[in-house]
Amino acid sequence: MKKQRVVNDLKNAAKPPPEYKLRLFVTGASPNSVRAITNIRNICDVYLKGRYELHIIDVYQDVALAQKEQLIALPLLIKKLPLPERKLIGDLSETEKVLKALEVDV
Amino acid sequence: MSGRSKKNYTTSLQKTLTGINGFDEITGGGIPSHRPTLICGDAGAGKTLFSIEFIVRGALEFREPGVILVFEEKAEDLSLNVASLGFNLKKLQKDGLLWIDHVHVDLSEIEETGLYDLDGLFIRLDHAIDSIGAKRVMLDTIENLFGSFENEAILRAELRRLFSWLKNKGVTAVITAERGHGMLTRHGLEEYVSDCVILLEHRVTNQISTRLLRVVKYRGSLHGTNEYPFLIDEDGISVLPVTSLLLKREVASQRVSCGIPSLDAMLGGKGFFRGSSILVSGTAGTGKTSIAAYFAEASCQRKERSLFFAFEESPQQIIRNMQSIKIDLKKYIDAGLLQIHSSRPTLYGLESHLVAIHKKVKKFKPRTVIIDPITNLTSVASISEVKSMLIRLIDFLQNEGITVLLTALVYDKDKSIQADEGISSIVDAWIQVRDLEGNGERNRGIYIMKSRGMSHSNQVREFVITNNGLELVDVYLGPDGILVGSARQAQELQEATGAEMRTYALSRKDRELERKKLVLEAKIASLNEEFESVRDELNKTFVEEELKKVIMEKNLKHLTQNRNSRNIENGKSNKK
Repeated sequence: MKKQRVVNDLKNAAKPPPEYKLRLFVTGASPNSVRAITNIRNICDVYLKGRYELHIIDVYQDVALAQKEQLIALPLLIKKLPLPERKLIGDLSETEKVLKALEVDV
Repeated sequence: MSGRSKKNYTTSLQKTLTGINGFDEITGGGIPSHRPTLICGDAGAGKTLFSIEFIVRGALEFREPGVILVFEEKAEDLSLNVASLGFNLKKLQKDGLLWIDHVHVDLSEIEETGLYDLDGLFIRLDHAIDSIGAKRVMLDTIENLFGSFENEAILRAELRRLFSWLKNKGVTAVITAERGHGMLTRHGLEEYVSDCVILLEHRVTNQISTRLLRVVKYRGSLHGTNEYPFLIDEDGISVLPVTSLLLKREVASQRVSCGIPSLDAMLGGKGFFRGSSILVSGTAGTGKTSIAAYFAEASCQRKERSLFFAFEESPQQIIRNMQSIKIDLKKYIDAGLLQIHSSRPTLYGLESHLVAIHKKVKKFKPRTVIIDPITNLTSVASISEVKSMLIRLIDFLQNEGITVLLTALVYDKDKSIQADEGISSIVDAWIQVRDLEGNGERNRGIYIMKSRGMSHSNQVREFVITNNGLELVDVYLGPDGILVGSARQAQELQEATGAEMRTYALSRKDRELERKKLVLEAKIASLNEEFESVRDELNKTFVEEELKKVIMEKNLKHLTQNRNSRNIENGKSNKK
């Protein structure tokens, strides 16, 4: 968990470009971070199966990133694709809000 | 909340010098070390500048690296804004003494989906502090976060965590906050930062603004609770300590000339005490500025620096005007002995004037200071305020051992009132120049109202301004009172005429005597002559008779001889 990991749940993601490109910034194993990782995985599994690419970045591993990415509140989820880019903060426990922000049709 | 993590620093409170002019004096050493200090105030009160000065001076003067975390301005704007103060943030950054991080807070683009914390901010700050080994941190203005996060409870908890984290990190932090209604800060930050709170204000009275600083709270330290005026200029912030009138200053017994020998003579012949305060008051056009210029000149002639604050005339004007009485001030300005600072009293508030004077005195280090005139200051403040300001000013100057000459304008109408802004009691010497009207002309009389610690003349002198300078002339004290101006001149003329007449009479008598003497001498000579002639006459008869006798004898002898030669026989008898 502490290490920077690139999680790509989709086995053959290389073929079509993923519809959803997500980046999640977390801070080590803090409760909020752990919850956020669990929550986003659940959401992805349930609603975006096979359509997404998720990068989980531990800011502690590269502290300079915090300034570069203008990080303030964490955990932070950035939806890079589809455009427009959206930012979500928090442990992503409010699934409805998350889905709405990600513009996922339920 | 006030008890949190305070036990870490139970030993006597350490303080960190800010390097801000005057601020360290009023707080007895700066802001508390390793603790956050809150700087609050309205928009434009100087919060950001105060904080930046704290960081930059720390880096430049104390070699303590600092971190600037800005929430409002971009880093480039910040650099630009303080460049006018001579702060080169770019260079400091390059030298590893400064770290600027602009925290961009966007209001709309963030969706909150559950619990979160401000770890991003902590990480950034931690990274910045560790990267350069920062000792000082500035957060400007962290309250901006309140606008961008909905969950205020989280935010407040996180801010509280941030401040205690800063304490544990061992950095001296300065946090700025906007002032709120009825509160020191809009979002009650003072709850979290309770060690030291400084309030900056910008007050406008009579359309003139004065910046004021007040230490609202300083836990564990003595501090002045007054409002201290401060000034922002090209050197940054200068806070003026309101000096207490402790009256403990050292005094000098050395005397300094006032530049006018005859006035010195009225002051026991030696002039004023060094480090004393002198007030010259008088109605308009009585030559107060001229006296001041003389004082400045005398100071410069002693090779002592002099500082001239003019509230009425520009330096060029003063130089030109004083040339008319043969004072060349330009010479001394060029030699660096004299500085003339002119400003309109309405330029800024009274306290700011005081700060400005303070600063210039500290910088130029003069031995004499002239303020001409103090009465103009009443246009920006009430008389009582002016008085308190002047008391502080005089106090400050005297502590520095500077002789100060103040001029005060007295208005014609209330000649009887000693309009001197009520400071006559605190000055050491008071000279009054007054109009003496009469005979259809206006003349100036000069008196010494008081002069502490020295004998001084009680007389009124007439004060004459000529092309060659100032002169004090004894007034004529006659049976009809004092005579000045042309009356005095007439009187003097009359006296001079009388004197002339007397000498004339005297010389005539002398001449007569001389003539009599001559006559007598002539007579004596003629008698002498007569006597000579009588004597000659007498001598003549005497000589003639003598001559006759000799001749007769000769003849007789001759005759006898002749007879003898004829009668040789009887010759023997003839020889007898």
